[in-house]
Amino acid sequence: MARNSHKNCSAMHWRRGYAGLLMAGLLGALSGAANAAWEINLQEPASALARRVYDLHTLLLWVIVVIFIGVFAVVAYSLVFHRKSKGHKAADFHENTKVEVAWTIVPLLILIAIAIPSTSALVQMRDTSQPDLTIKATGHQWKWNYEYLTGDAAGLKYMSVLATPRDQIENKAPKGEHYLLEVDRPLVVPVGKKVRMLLTASDVIHSWSVPAFAVKTDAVPGFLRDTWFRAEKEGTYRGQCSELCGKDHGFMPVVVEVVSAEKFAAWAADQKKTMAAASEDPAKVWKLDELVAHGEKVYTANCAACHQPTGQGLPPVFPALDGSKIVKGPKKDHLDRVMNGKPGTAMAAFAAQLSDTDVAAVVAYERNAWNNKLGEVIQPAEVKALRGK
Amino acid sequence: MQATQQVGAAGHHEDDSHGHGPTGLMRWITTTNHKDIGSMYLMFSFVMFLVGGAMSLIIRAELMSPGLQYVSPEFYNQMLTLHALIMVFGAIMPAFVGFANWMIPLMIGAPDMAFARMNNWSFWLLPPAAILLSASIFVPGGAAGTGWTLYPPLSIQMGMGMDMAIFAIHILGMSSIMGSINIVTTILNMRAPGMTLMKMPMFCWTWLVTGFLLIATMPILAGAVTMLLTDRHFGTSFFNAAGGGDPVLFQHIFWFFGHPEVYIIALPAFGVVSHVIPAFSRKRLFGYTSMVYAIAAIGLISFFVWAHHMYVTGIPLTGQLYFMYATMLIAVPTGVKVFNWVTTMWRGSLTFETPMLFALGFLVLFTIGGLTGVVLAMTAVDIQMQDTYYVVAHFHYVMVAGALFSAFAGLYYWLPKWTGHMYNEGLGKLHFWLSMIFFNVAFFPQHFLGLAGMPRRIPDYAQQFADFNMVSSIGAFGFGFSQLLVIVVVFQALRGGAKAAARPWEGARGLEWTVPSPAPHHTFEDPPAFDPAESEA
Repeated sequence: MARNSHKNCSAMHWRRGYAGLLMAGLLGALSGAANAAWEINLQEPASALARRVYDLHTLLLWVIVVIFIGVFAVVAYSLVFHRKSKGHKAADFHENTKVEVAWTIVPLLILIAIAIPSTSALVQMRDTSQPDLTIKATGHQWKWNYEYLTGDAAGLKYMSVLATPRDQIENKAPKGEHYLLEVDRPLVVPVGKKVRMLLTASDVIHSWSVPAFAVKTDAVPGFLRDTWFRAEKEGTYRGQCSELCGKDHGFMPVVVEVVSAEKFAAWAADQKKTMAAASEDPAKVWKLDELVAHGEKVYTANCAACHQPTGQGLPPVFPALDGSKIVKGPKKDHLDRVMNGKPGTAMAAFAAQLSDTDVAAVVAYERNAWNNKLGEVIQPAEVKALRGK
Repeated sequence: MQATQQVGAAGHHEDDSHGHGPTGLMRWITTTNHKDIGSMYLMFSFVMFLVGGAMSLIIRAELMSPGLQYVSPEFYNQMLTLHALIMVFGAIMPAFVGFANWMIPLMIGAPDMAFARMNNWSFWLLPPAAILLSASIFVPGGAAGTGWTLYPPLSIQMGMGMDMAIFAIHILGMSSIMGSINIVTTILNMRAPGMTLMKMPMFCWTWLVTGFLLIATMPILAGAVTMLLTDRHFGTSFFNAAGGGDPVLFQHIFWFFGHPEVYIIALPAFGVVSHVIPAFSRKRLFGYTSMVYAIAAIGLISFFVWAHHMYVTGIPLTGQLYFMYATMLIAVPTGVKVFNWVTTMWRGSLTFETPMLFALGFLVLFTIGGLTGVVLAMTAVDIQMQDTYYVVAHFHYVMVAGALFSAFAGLYYWLPKWTGHMYNEGLGKLHFWLSMIFFNVAFFPQHFLGLAGMPRRIPDYAQQFADFNMVSSIGAFGFGFSQLLVIVVVFQALRGGAKAAARPWEGARGLEWTVPSPAPHHTFEDPPAFDPAESEA
């Protein structure tokens, strides 16, 4: 008897411990709610099309909720009143043509009714004609490249890369407000203008998506797709790559900054000026230390995700560069690998993404960083010479 | 009277069948008996279910809070790929083949499957495929990290784990094709005299259609992955734009297999539920004929809706419109099935043993999955949901609450026939309620996450998604550990318990209940006379 009660006691302790754990979990979840809403619906629409999609979804939601309640009200009635335990005897009826025709026709009519607004919304969604501004977005593992094809900023081209520091991802620093949804250089567009996005990719399939504009289209390597949006309000809108594109798929946000037409023009002029100032002299002869310093920046932005800041890579998929045969081998092979990539692997052809100076600098950096101390200088002119081939 | 005679005959044959053939392990390796093979399929699928489930718990552990905690993004991608491949090809499909092996000969009064030796081979192909797939985690570069859809060019970048997955799919495909040829042949040729096609048990009908779907689509999947293999190693450019190919071509081929695959999983589940609901309602299935037509219609339409998985790939507007309308059309026969189950219960005499509970759970949750499917069919809305957690929630309602709950309904329904003992009803009910509650805790919030814009297949997420992810992870762990109860229930029933009668369920119909429990090793060596009262028609 005593032993039994002892057992019960420990069981109770255990149970209490378990309940405590659950409570802690619950409290943790609730305290999380303080800085984040328990969002249960589509994001606030920021374009007329997105509002249309939002309303269409609301309509569909009501339709399915009503159908669900209707069907399961009948089930619930049966479950309560047609139980054997209440003495209900089973009726013997089956096959009733009228009923069966009805439950085929009525759903069909409901479907036709909801197909009409869906069709017209879709037709509007696909109409990319007569844009005010056309921008090409190219997906790379794991960043977006934006190129303005028309408008004030025509000719402007830049990379947009995740800005969240590694420390936050690895839980070594508190996470910022826009954790994983922030980039170094967002896409900037004018408010109220029809922006047509041309989408493609250089390596694998990515998907460019901004929920507030109801925009999502795949970026397929070797093909061009298009989509459009017209933002109604100034502000910053955030989305993410929406097609699994390899290890850093979750770290490839899309950020769009919508500004007034004046601000956009000013921004474009400013960007062009900076671009001109930064435009490099391909004939410039670089010294080793300034080349390596520049190369380190290029490496961090483009190479470190796979080959790691330590140059150790993540073998065998992403090989180490520290002590690598190619890096320590002839300059020509090293440049070839960086510029033309390795087909069938995640190693992209960077000739299309980087300038002559950047290629020269990053190769010089790799050949001089870690234990590779080769002491070699590579000039942009050498890269330029290889490009023609 | 008929039934009693049958029992006697079956019992007699059992006596002289023992003492033949190898014993111990060799018995299982060489067996051609449909019951042995059915049991092996079921055990294999349960082991794979636990393996795939453990992988999903790794995923949910990582997603419990923002930031990277336990696994690297590469490993996370491998887990989500293997979880899906193992659950689809290793757990759910073999589970229903196991039911087919055990039950179809018993339901139609056949002594065994049509091709008994091929049946053995179909099963024994599975373990090597499962080993290839699971062992790919340990090779250099790890397993495929592409998602089960294996889209190129990402799948071209993968290491040798990808090749192992491709060969595993080849082997699993061969097994499925052989299994389905066997099932189709058995159903078409070996029914008891008097059992016409339109009097055949509903589970056989669903498997007849499923068999044809498998025979038609598995070679297509095999072709798609073979093209991947040659693109990877032999310089072809089927999916490489630089060589004149098209990455999206793969998606067309994959989903031409992939959409019928959804019904390959769902149809046998419908079949099981179409037996359990009438049995515990003590009432015949309301519309047998319309159910058969609905199954056939679903099977047929499933071939013409594949690109609704590809609304955002840039297919033309006319393509989007066609696939939207065709997809919506599937809701009609699916609705017919749901209405039939509901009307079968109407004015029945209901009891709520574990099989019925799981069938009801199936009905409620599968309907939710079907309705969110209607939402997803609408292209304009799908643009918002594509590749978000809304889709993850949708297909888990259809696959887990649909197929898995139905498999559990079948397990509890036929366990007395297999073991000769009643299972522990209390534990069975506990299993149901834990599954039902935790399933919804795990997956219902994922609808919200998807609507709010959380993409799927990401190891880390923005902070506004943190709360529902925590809830979902708690649900997933609860659901996962609840499934261990199945082991206890099945072992208890194997080892003892209340003796099961030949027909342990008052309202159950079908030839399988005319043989004793447990079913003797050999049954129906002489074709039984078919009593139309045993038919749902």
